Amino acid sequence: MKAPPFQYHRPQTREELGALLARLDNAKILAGGQSLMPMMNLRVIAPDHLIDINRVANLAGIREAVDGIEIGAMTRQADVLASDLVKSRLPLLTRALEHVGHIQTRARGTIGGSCCHLDPSAEQPAMCAALDAEFVVVGPGGRRVIPAGEWFEGLLQSALGEQEFLEVIRFKPWADGHGYGFAEYARRHGDFAIAGAAALLEAGRDGRITLAALLSFGVEAAPKRLSEAERTLIGQHVDSLNIKPVIAAASALDAMEDVHVTADYRRHLAGVLIRRALNEACTTMRRPS
Amino acid sequence: MTEHSVTFTLNGERREARVDPRIHLGDFLRHSLGLTGTHLGCEHGVCGACTVIVNGAPVRSCLMLAVQIDGTVVETVESLGKPGALSPLQQAFATNHGLQCGFCTSGMLMTLEAYLRTTPAPTEQDVRIAISGNICRCTGYEGIVQAALDTASAKASRT
Ligand SMILES: Cc1cc2nc3c(=O)[nH]c(=O)nc-3n(C[C@@H](O)[C@H](O)[C@H](O)COP(=O)(O)OP(=O)(O)OC[C@H]3O[C@@H](n4cnc5c(N)ncnc54)[C@H](O)[C@@H]3O)c2cc1C
Ligand code: FES
Ligand code: FES
Repeated sequence: MKAPPFQYHRPQTREELGALLARLDNAKILAGGQSLMPMMNLRVIAPDHLIDINRVANLAGIREAVDGIEIGAMTRQADVLASDLVKSRLPLLTRALEHVGHIQTRARGTIGGSCCHLDPSAEQPAMCAALDAEFVVVGPGGRRVIPAGEWFEGLLQSALGEQEFLEVIRFKPWADGHGYGFAEYARRHGDFAIAGAAALLEAGRDGRITLAALLSFGVEAAPKRLSEAERTLIGQHVDSLNIKPVIAAASALDAMEDVHVTADYRRHLAGVLIRRALNEACTTMRRPS
Repeated sequence: MTEHSVTFTLNGERREARVDPRIHLGDFLRHSLGLTGTHLGCEHGVCGACTVIVNGAPVRSCLMLAVQIDGTVVETVESLGKPGALSPLQQAFATNHGLQCGFCTSGMLMTLEAYLRTTPAPTEQDVRIAISGNICRCTGYEGIVQAALDTASAKASRT
């Protein structure tokens, strides 16, 4: 099918973008179009105005800032995947991006678009949750910073206000040599995952875990940090982790059911995948010597 | 709805046109310009038949608006070979039975054309991942993968 009619706007600056968002009713931002255009072609949504942010100056780009890495909302997934800076400082994100769609969808799709769309199986917002990223949004009231813990409000629902746009995502990289692991299960390469998991680990010179992040995604309506299970890992030796509480936590999630799989199957997958992600984090960790 | 004028380079030629914003690039190429080599299967991003190259990258033309090609360089399957003078990739598809009904073929060709420019020596697994976004109902993919590998190694031995 074809998209219903709409007015097309192409702002060049953040100010023009902000003014359009404040002025227009039933408007949608168009970033990579890889989720929005299918919804419009299928007439799931019919905005009166489309605000194309592809030409807004300085909304794309990956920078090293004083306290971390900043990725502009309009940065293409292909560019994040190809970035050496991301690969060396945020290796979990690179690892996850290999599983996001296909070369054609990554050539257009943006990290910001994925984080605003919030498909429960989307890898990028999930990795933002694992990495405790911050979302910088701009609206009529100015700029505000939303921590990942407050970004996810539910199925396909972020904390972004009607007249706001996502400007940049800020990441605080983990220490050099930290362990990172990622696992997902999809029916074909590049499809949305049925479920997935990620793990991050830091250990001291004695091999004991000092910092851990564990995350399941595609299981509940939004990505879920397994905070209690994370705490059980602290102080354990990386070579002899007791992973039972971790698997138990993932297998006890309030899993979704859909046309593909039952909730029980998804819970089972959540347990298997968090184990794989954690094992991978143990093997990718470089021990301080 | 207001029409917009766009200026772009299509298969090496500079073009100008006026477009209704709701028209996607695939329909624009086929209906407005008569370039029917680009095929439309699903029109919601899942089949890859509509793949064309924009500014060097393979993209789904059903998920890009025609108005967005303003200022870009667009390549379609018509820019490859001609009957009797096929491009090396097209010839390799023919030799390896990389097509049967041909519906997916222009999308496969444009995906692999863009991919092989940046990845001149892919493995079989690389090629399979590169075409993971293109669905073929006929061939079982073997011939397509072989065509890409043959094209890459033929090019490597020429240079
Ligand atoms: C075949 C196929 C396979 C895919 N597989 C995967 C997959 O495996 N994993 C995955 O995560 N995704 C997958 N996707 C979706 C992914 O490709 C999209 O890129 C992503 O979901 C949306 O990003 P976008 O830049 O394309 O955003 P758009 O589609 O342009 O926008 C999505 C939504 O976000 C809003 N938005 C975008 N940018 C901003 C901003 N800066 N501020 C405020 N609002 C904004 C839009 O208004 C819209 O509501 C797939 C898509 C296709 C077609
Ligand atoms: S027609 Fe564009 S992906 Fe199917
Ligand atoms: S040749 Fe028929 S779909 Fe590929």
